[in-house]
Amino acid sequence: MDRRQFLKTTGTVAAGAGVMPLFSMLPAEAAPKGVLVVISGETINSMDIHRKGTNRPSYVNAVNLYDRLIEFGVKKKPDGSFTYDYSKLVPGIAESWEIAKDGMSVTFKIRKNAVFWDGSPVTANDVKWSFDRAVSVGGFPSTQMKAGSLEKPEQFVVVDAKTFTIKFLRKSKLTLPDLAVPVPMIINSKVAKKHATAKDPWATEYLHRNPAGSGPFKLERWNPGQQVVYARNEKWTQGPVPAIKRIILREVPSQATRRALLERGDAHMAFPVALKDANELKSKKNLKVIGTPIENCMYIVGLNFKFKPFQDKKVRQAVAWAIPYEEIFKNAAYGRGVPMWGGKATKPETIEWPQPFPYKTDLDKAKALLAQTDYKDGFEVPLSINLGLSDWTEPTALLIQEGLAKIGIKASIEKIPGATWRTASLVEKRLAFHLETFGGWLNYPDYYFFWAYLKGHLFNSSNYHNPEIEKLVSETLYLEVDDPAYAPKIKRMLEIAFDDLPRIPLWQPFDDIAMQKNVEGYTYFFHRQLVAANIKLT
Amino acid sequence: MARRSKSALVGRRLLQAAPSVVGIIIVTFLLTRALPGDPAVYFAGPAADENSIAQIRASLGLDRPLHEQFIFYVGDLLQGDLGKSLSTGQPVLDEILSRLPASLELTLLALIFSIAVALPLGVLAATRPNSWIDQLCRIVTTAGVSLPTFFTGLFLVYVFYYLLGLAPAPMGRLNIAFLPPDPVTGFFTIDALLAGDLETFWAAIGQLILPAITLGLFTLAPIARMTRGAMLQALGSEFIRTARAAGLPRRKVVLTYGLGNAVLPVVTTLGMVFSFMLGSNVLVEKVFAWPGIGSYAIEALVASDYAAVQGFVLTMAILFVVVNLAIDIVYTMIDPRVGIEG
Repeated sequence: MDRRQFLKTTGTVAAGAGVMPLFSMLPAEAAPKGVLVVISGETINSMDIHRKGTNRPSYVNAVNLYDRLIEFGVKKKPDGSFTYDYSKLVPGIAESWEIAKDGMSVTFKIRKNAVFWDGSPVTANDVKWSFDRAVSVGGFPSTQMKAGSLEKPEQFVVVDAKTFTIKFLRKSKLTLPDLAVPVPMIINSKVAKKHATAKDPWATEYLHRNPAGSGPFKLERWNPGQQVVYARNEKWTQGPVPAIKRIILREVPSQATRRALLERGDAHMAFPVALKDANELKSKKNLKVIGTPIENCMYIVGLNFKFKPFQDKKVRQAVAWAIPYEEIFKNAAYGRGVPMWGGKATKPETIEWPQPFPYKTDLDKAKALLAQTDYKDGFEVPLSINLGLSDWTEPTALLIQEGLAKIGIKASIEKIPGATWRTASLVEKRLAFHLETFGGWLNYPDYYFFWAYLKGHLFNSSNYHNPEIEKLVSETLYLEVDDPAYAPKIKRMLEIAFDDLPRIPLWQPFDDIAMQKNVEGYTYFFHRQLVAANIKLT
Repeated sequence: MARRSKSALVGRRLLQAAPSVVGIIIVTFLLTRALPGDPAVYFAGPAADENSIAQIRASLGLDRPLHEQFIFYVGDLLQGDLGKSLSTGQPVLDEILSRLPASLELTLLALIFSIAVALPLGVLAATRPNSWIDQLCRIVTTAGVSLPTFFTGLFLVYVFYYLLGLAPAPMGRLNIAFLPPDPVTGFFTIDALLAGDLETFWAAIGQLILPAITLGLFTLAPIARMTRGAMLQALGSEFIRTARAAGLPRRKVVLTYGLGNAVLPVVTTLGMVFSFMLGSNVLVEKVFAWPGIGSYAIEALVASDYAAVQGFVLTMAILFVVVNLAIDIVYTMIDPRVGIEG
């Protein structure tokens, strides 16, 4: 694109604009019409979600530049904000789909008018190539596909140019929803194959920089470490053409600078929002903050079974009774979350998840429990926190330290840098006492338990092992929710988790995003990326 | 010093630098490997299991013995390949080539600002010891050093952008309405001028002013202190007394003979300050969303991104050698004693 052209279309103001007070006094709603400026503290490092090393903020490209066979629906919440609808799958590239009579396969009809950016039609071959790629490249995309029992290329069958079948390895309630997560995106295989080599059969080098999709937006420019610019795809057929013409995703690492830019009106949307800023920004005249509880996600205290005192259930329960939940929620979470303590019954009444555990701050109970153990005089334990998440982990750890001191447990706080954290906490699972978080994309309790409560699984940082939980998870993981056997088994699973406590939940965090009042249509998604096609400026 | 042609001097200095560069290559390689944190785990992503971590370790070549990894690394290096950064997904060389000019442009402007303020301040303070200007010099330098740069940066943003609206939005090297000029030098200001695009030039200058002042305030102190100290020493020496006794005008005594001799240690300090500023202005970069080399290095360190860390250290080492070389050459040119001997 021509530079002059760009200047014209974005409607630059007079010469010397950068230093002229007049220019910067203009609120940036004066940013050229139809342009949305989004500032983020995170770096986008790839256009390809299938690549090794692609970080979480880059998933925004998979969401906006590519389409999937099916997508999740959107619903309006009582407070007027929007959220994705887990229970509703809507057409994407596929206009319809049908499960076979024996329940062992699903066949998709691809939209006749669906085209990639280069104008070529989207065919079943493209879908197969993309799915083959996702299950073959290894790493995160293959793991995510596996969660939906999508494991082998042989499962994906091209019936004809516009018909595509997936053969199931097993009946699983997770298969269809897993097709609507960002990973199984549909890539223009003709373009990709041109750039594939013997060493790189999946064109990872090419697609890393050059997306080849059919999504609502096209990549206009990418300056790594600075910005990504999208232009809308005028020929998008999978939904109404987006209202926003151009989206500028700028990296602004400093929290304080982001806040200044937002308040001055030079940016439309900003994330992540610091917990303490969220409430203050909310009260500004021109701004709004939309906070949505992150589904299937909790901030927890992990008690590692490798650490001797925590092998005793009564010690674990004593810790749970000694944590000052209220204060933590007020001072570390600034009230932005859903409390996960103070549940009423020791047996769960519903299968709602996450739900509060039946503990609250009760030092007498904690002391009584501890007195029945070998550790009645207390013990010392390092409490490890992730510095990368210090905005909540640090105050939380200090308050827990204070609470435990009251029952004789001396916790010393050990701060671990973000890069080392994963290895220590999740891979080596060597942290005796720690603050962790995990959120499952697929919104089922059994999916959460699969990752966080099974022996050896990545997010089971407590080294927890309980044969009954193992059995319950394997029985429920693929089971439909309306199966009569499902609810009782889940309730039993939760009951064990309440009592056994390898993880003590604190609260379910919010996903906070701050924006100008004139930004409409922001929709919360489980992947927490901006779905730009829904956004309007009023 | 014996007579030696300039080119021989330069050649000798370059040769002297070679062993240190080789040493740096070996040390950074070993140090990055000793970093805590496992890159394979980091890059395997949020939902990776042991299998996918192992796959990634193999594809990164991290499952090979250390000496093999080193041989590969040196082999690539000899072909001018610094490897590929995993966290940004770009070749390290490209990234450094785009980020180094951003840092250089900012640092040079900051240094110019710094010299413009510090040099006169130091000279005035030295000619009038314990006067109000000397006290001012003391206050400015103490404040400059003791105020953390992120604080100064945020303070300037708050006053000049947030409250007064005089400065443009602190969103990096250019406002969103502008496209970067065609790269020639990588300096946006110079490239914009080369392209004859005054709009972009002023926009780039506008973005530079606040971060440059922030950085400049921090480096005022060593330059002003060094100028003052060197001036005091020069002014107290015998040739100045002789010059004064000979009835030379004050201006000539102070500027020509005083400053002329005092400037040598100041130039040495400048070299140090420059190299130091370049790599360590991370906080300024963060506050102003400046895509410089400091924040690149920090991100790479946090992610145990070996190639990027090694590339950064190597670049800085080479730059350090070049800056020192340049300082040495400047030194020989401005040293009044050299002229007298000749």
